[in-house]
Amino acid sequence: MLEVKDLVVSYGRVRAVKRISFTVPEGSVVSLLGTNGAGKTTTLRTISGLHRPESGEIWFDGRRIDSVPAHRIVQRGLAHSPEGRRIFPRLTVRDNLMLGAFARTDRGSASADLQRAYDLFPILHERRNQPAGTFSGGEQQMLAIGRALMSRPRMLMLDEPSMGLSPLMTKRIMSTIAELKSEGVTILLVEQNAQAALTLADHGYVLEVGSIAFDDTGANLLSDDRVRRAYLGED
Amino acid sequence: MRLNPVTPELQQRHRRTGWLLALVGAVLLIGSPYLPWAWSDDALDDMTYLFGPSPTQFLGLALGAVLLVCLLAPRLLARVLAGRRARWFAFADGAKAAALGALVFVAVVVVGIAVELGGLVNVRYGGWIALVAALLAVAGTMLLPRDRPATLGGVRSPGWLVISTIAVVMLVTLLLVAYALDEDDPVIFVALLAFVAGVVAVLLKLGVGPWFSSQTARHRGVLVASAFLVAFAFPFTQDGSEANMSIATQVLIFAATALGLNIVVGLAGLLDLGYIAFLGAGAFVAAILSGSAFSAVGWNPPFIVTVLISGVVASLLGLIIGSPTLRVSGDYLAIVTLAFGEIFRLVMINLDGSDGPDLTNGSNGIPGVPDLDLLGFDFGEPHVLLGVEIGRFANYYFLLLLVIALIMVVFANLNRSRIGRGWVAIREDEKAAEAMGVNVFGLKLFAFAGGAFLAGVAGAVRAHHDISVTPDQYIFLESAFLLAAVVLGGMGTIVGVLLGAVLLRLMPEKLRFVDEYRLLIFGALLVLMMRFRPEGLVASRRRQLEFHEDDEELADKVDPTVTRAEGAR
Repeated sequence: MLEVKDLVVSYGRVRAVKRISFTVPEGSVVSLLGTNGAGKTTTLRTISGLHRPESGEIWFDGRRIDSVPAHRIVQRGLAHSPEGRRIFPRLTVRDNLMLGAFARTDRGSASADLQRAYDLFPILHERRNQPAGTFSGGEQQMLAIGRALMSRPRMLMLDEPSMGLSPLMTKRIMSTIAELKSEGVTILLVEQNAQAALTLADHGYVLEVGSIAFDDTGANLLSDDRVRRAYLGED
Repeated sequence: MRLNPVTPELQQRHRRTGWLLALVGAVLLIGSPYLPWAWSDDALDDMTYLFGPSPTQFLGLALGAVLLVCLLAPRLLARVLAGRRARWFAFADGAKAAALGALVFVAVVVVGIAVELGGLVNVRYGGWIALVAALLAVAGTMLLPRDRPATLGGVRSPGWLVISTIAVVMLVTLLLVAYALDEDDPVIFVALLAFVAGVVAVLLKLGVGPWFSSQTARHRGVLVASAFLVAFAFPFTQDGSEANMSIATQVLIFAATALGLNIVVGLAGLLDLGYIAFLGAGAFVAAILSGSAFSAVGWNPPFIVTVLISGVVASLLGLIIGSPTLRVSGDYLAIVTLAFGEIFRLVMINLDGSDGPDLTNGSNGIPGVPDLDLLGFDFGEPHVLLGVEIGRFANYYFLLLLVIALIMVVFANLNRSRIGRGWVAIREDEKAAEAMGVNVFGLKLFAFAGGAFLAGVAGAVRAHHDISVTPDQYIFLESAFLLAAVVLGGMGTIVGVLLGAVLLRLMPEKLRFVDEYRLLIFGALLVLMMRFRPEGLVASRRRQLEFHEDDEELADKVDPTVTRAEGAR
């Protein structure tokens, strides 16, 4: 469904992503792992059109999207829940969700999607008229995922959904991601929490300073010595 | 910062004393207009009689009466306002506002007498008694414990009551505006303003204001229609006199432009410091195409075509300025638009034929723009309508009302639309908005060019109204005043910006004597506003939250109103 070929991204002179290639097959969960500064967030931002690549190709659904403006990429069914959640703190939960549906032009069904987000996270319905800034980190993450789903995407990119969350809340978010996968949503998951991400992922790529160091199936990576040493704190 | 140094404990202990003090103050306030306030009838209106209050003195009496009602009502109406109704009105808060309003009013009058007659010796005992009474009232009401917020705003009332209230409010507004505009004495005008502000403050505190705004939300159509009816009726109260109509049309031109700027600043959140240039562009295009003898272009299309060309030229300028600068954020736009405003003026001065084409006659501008003639209706000639003579300015006044209505319709529809939601997202977090699929650049450009179009339309009307169009009418100061009207009135609201525009344009007309200090006063006013009410006189609910982010009580208050608005839809 998504194919990245030889992607190079720079901030000025600094090369953040150095020729990486990977694919995300339809219906699967693929995880990008790596420490801070490995280039994970940059990769996602480039795919969703918020940043222009220096060279390389990005294909989504059989069409090249690396020079398509961000708002058109959302329209094509690729949603991005950005790093740090970036909800609109002063808007109500409901307004936040409705803004997630902004790129869609079919008006009527937005309320059905609203219902779906409320079903997925009942707390959002309970507090739908509150400013989102009053939420806890976990609730904000739920809102961010719910908001991304409002564009009714076929593929969802999540940037560190477990960041700053309690282990319990991380579990809750991960099980939601599993639920979305079972509904057929393709997911590209960027995480530092390798344990949680790899339990879910069909396939994982490990990024180190802008390049892919190695990749394998999620289960294999979980038992891989290099991963266990570097990301799971075992020696 | 607490303005009231009196602690709640102190209030609890001394509330009876406070109530008595305030009561004495109220009674004295009611009585003092029957005493002479001044030694000579040259000051304000005639305040020299014993037992013969002048109209201005009556206003003081009215404020005293309002205070008295606020003080006595909780006791007299205890039986009616029992149970759930007990919290309908916040009488103590109303009394505080009334006392403060009375003090400001009496102070203005006393100072006014002193200034106009040359010294405080010209104030007679009645004036001093009124001042002491107001001070007593303020001191007394400060000792009253604060009420919990009035709940009247949440009460649903039958439609006939709401609609007849609207009718009364509109009628009072019309009479008040006509009365205030006829007032030549600047002190009386200021005193009248203080009186109106005091009464409005009392109504807001008492709970009647919130009730009015929540109830009229259900009858918005009636409210808007009657407001236009009042505006429409205004020229008929002028009896053919053009003096006030000339001020009124200037106010309307200013208001129409401020409303256009409000789309750019208030909705899209773009700081435009050169907006006046778009008005100027529209005016110059209209003047050039007007068939004026001094125009370099002979073509004179019908006005409806001219208006469209003016708007299009202005919005093209907006596109040219906007497309490179709207990609960068925030402050850069302010700087570029500031420069653009100046460049526009200089270009208009330099298009005098000495060094390029002659379009504008340089700093002389284009005089002799003929009056409009729409469908055989000559705007330059007085007409008799319903037995009242409608002069030249009144003709333009009606046309400008139409332009304002157009801008209001555009504004309201944009605000409610998908585009409006996109603007909200951009104002809140541009990056996040982009990730949500909001076309950030496109929507900004649309706001910028759209705002420019509306200014161009207003400019086309202004060219004919002003008769001559010169570059020095379109200076930076005008842009600053427009922005001040938007910020002062309340960014993102229609009522607020109209109010801000009327105040900023009317005050200088009525207060000629402060002309040299105008900028000083505006500056001080803006600083005070930013300190105490950054959301403007009339706050849009969303903005209120933006400026008071940490106010949980307010956040809760915003909630139910949101739900209610949804229910109404």
